[in-house]
Amino acid sequence: MSVLVIAEHENGVLKPETAKVVHAASKLGAEIHVLVAGHNVGSVAEAAAQIAGVTAVKLVDDSALDHQLAESTADLVITLAQGYSHILAAASTTGKNIMPRVAALLDKSQISEIVDVVDADTFMRPIYAGNAIATVKSLEAQKVITVRASAFDAAGEQAPVAVETLTASVENTSSSFVGVEQTESERPELTAAPVVISGGRGMQNGENFSLLEGIADKLGAAIGASRAAVDAGFVPNDMQVGQTGKIVAPDLYIAVGISGAIQHLAGMKDSKVIVAINKDPEAPIFQVADYGLVADLFDVLPQLEQAL
Amino acid sequence: MKVLVPIKRVIDYNVKARVKADNSDVDLTNVKMAMNPFCEIAVEEAIRLKEAGTASEVIAVSIGDKACQEQLRTALALGADKAIHIETDAKLESLHVAKLLAKLVEQESPELVILGKQSIDSDNNQTGQMLAALTKRPQGTFASKVEIADGKAVVTREVDGGLQTVALNLPAVVTTDLRLNEPRYASLPNIMKAKRKPLDVIAADTLGVDLAPRVELVRVAEPAKREAGIVVESVEELVNKLKTEAKVIS
Ligand SMILES: Cc1cc2nc3c(=O)[nH]c(=O)nc-3n(C[C@H](O)[C@H](O)[C@H](O)COP(=O)(O)OP(=O)(O)OC[C@H]3O[C@@H](n4cnc5c(N)ncnc54)[C@H](O)[C@@H]3O)c2cc1C
Repeated sequence: MSVLVIAEHENGVLKPETAKVVHAASKLGAEIHVLVAGHNVGSVAEAAAQIAGVTAVKLVDDSALDHQLAESTADLVITLAQGYSHILAAASTTGKNIMPRVAALLDKSQISEIVDVVDADTFMRPIYAGNAIATVKSLEAQKVITVRASAFDAAGEQAPVAVETLTASVENTSSSFVGVEQTESERPELTAAPVVISGGRGMQNGENFSLLEGIADKLGAAIGASRAAVDAGFVPNDMQVGQTGKIVAPDLYIAVGISGAIQHLAGMKDSKVIVAINKDPEAPIFQVADYGLVADLFDVLPQLEQAL
Repeated sequence: MKVLVPIKRVIDYNVKARVKADNSDVDLTNVKMAMNPFCEIAVEEAIRLKEAGTASEVIAVSIGDKACQEQLRTALALGADKAIHIETDAKLESLHVAKLLAKLVEQESPELVILGKQSIDSDNNQTGQMLAALTKRPQGTFASKVEIADGKAVVTREVDGGLQTVALNLPAVVTTDLRLNEPRYASLPNIMKAKRKPLDVIAADTLGVDLAPRVELVRVAEPAKREAGIVVESVEELVNKLKTEAKVIS
């Protein structure tokens, strides 16, 4: 038996989610093959070959797979799917876009955002914004799964295995890439950072996020936000943490001017240590915080930067 | 252009779900239910397309027991022209829902299907993509902007790294993200008018879709509780605790 992991990559770089998905896949007790599908992704395949536990890497490099559009990528995956008991990808926006399409084309249900592997058929996944954890058992011979990367450690490294280059006849006549607006940041990625500091509506505007930057610099932190802060235009959408944004589980999460709505908690409550700074002592965020500081953020953020 | 908007009845987003004592599922008895927030955004977008003269007809569809007619009436009050209820008491997976919707797409031939990116109960984020696959249509998921012109839907998508824009040949499937629009509220006169708009009921088992479960729900449990924390009095105390007690900074 073997399982297929779809590599997550961007701009020719393998993303750290892949090693976490490989770790989840290693719990299935099978050989792990990684599929690298994209355009100009040879270096991604080389990086994937060095993830511990991977036994083979399949590389399909084709301009029809550029930007990993769902239509062509799903068509490719189903041509390679035969013989794999499980097909897994990260529950990133890329994985979420492609995998249900793969599942439907294979006439399979999908199990979304698993956070644990009980056995080869049985998985745990959060539902209702993480207010309940479901254990689900697949009754199908082939399983299509997305993995919540924050719930798994990254697999380690190994001496590289061979990369097998495949040619595929995929084409995409129904959709095309128009453009991308990428948020440039020198900071670590939200989902990979050991420390995250997030601002909410209490920040009042985008400029005030600079109050978080000095602290983030000192802690090597990524900066996140609540939906309210994104909706108000303070910061870009890719900074949203929550049920419908990014799921993070850093060693330290600092919530500043965030009330702690269910949907926000869903994205950060598995952090190891949570700090909340809020002027309202009744704010629900304090119910999940290890350390709460009831204060005006405009007073304490400069002090915090100084004290670090 | 005909637009089909599938919607789902779910727990109200303000309500915290509770797990049943026997761990068989979440307890929804006497819980406030509402239209899934992402579906509201889909309805709003479809109505705006109609108001802009791009769409000619907006059809709302919901799959479930009788109670989901309440959400269909809401969609009608918001401006949908007609509603279809695919009636079933079965517990459905996203694939079943997508297959039932695919049958409706066959019958109605909408040029655009617009639906929520995920429902806030199962949090699956699958149905739109599956429907697109089954109907061989391109998909624009997690949309924060949709423009229809020259037989294409140009969709801006919220992705992990920022925003991606794709062009889809119509007919297509679009799933909505939070920032696509801000849904309106239904006015009282429109709520009254909605009572007279057509709502057709189709029995799910007449559509020839195998609804047998493929995934079994074994158990539902509460998530691990966090230990109660403490309130610190000052920044100095906070930094001290983070260094010496939590040991997460140095
Ligand atoms: C379908 C759906 C999905 C959603 N998904 C998400 C999601 O993924 N992520 C998410 O975050 N939200 C999400 N939400 C929104 C969520 O319900 C809340 O509305 C949102 O999280 C609130 O953001 P906030 O805490 O920044 O704002 P508010 O709730 O307005 O809280 C602001 C807080 O700042 C504090 N404050 C104000 N001024 C100061 C000051 N000077 N000093 C200190 N504290 C101050 C206030 O006391 C208050 O507690 C979703 C909602 C829906 C319906």
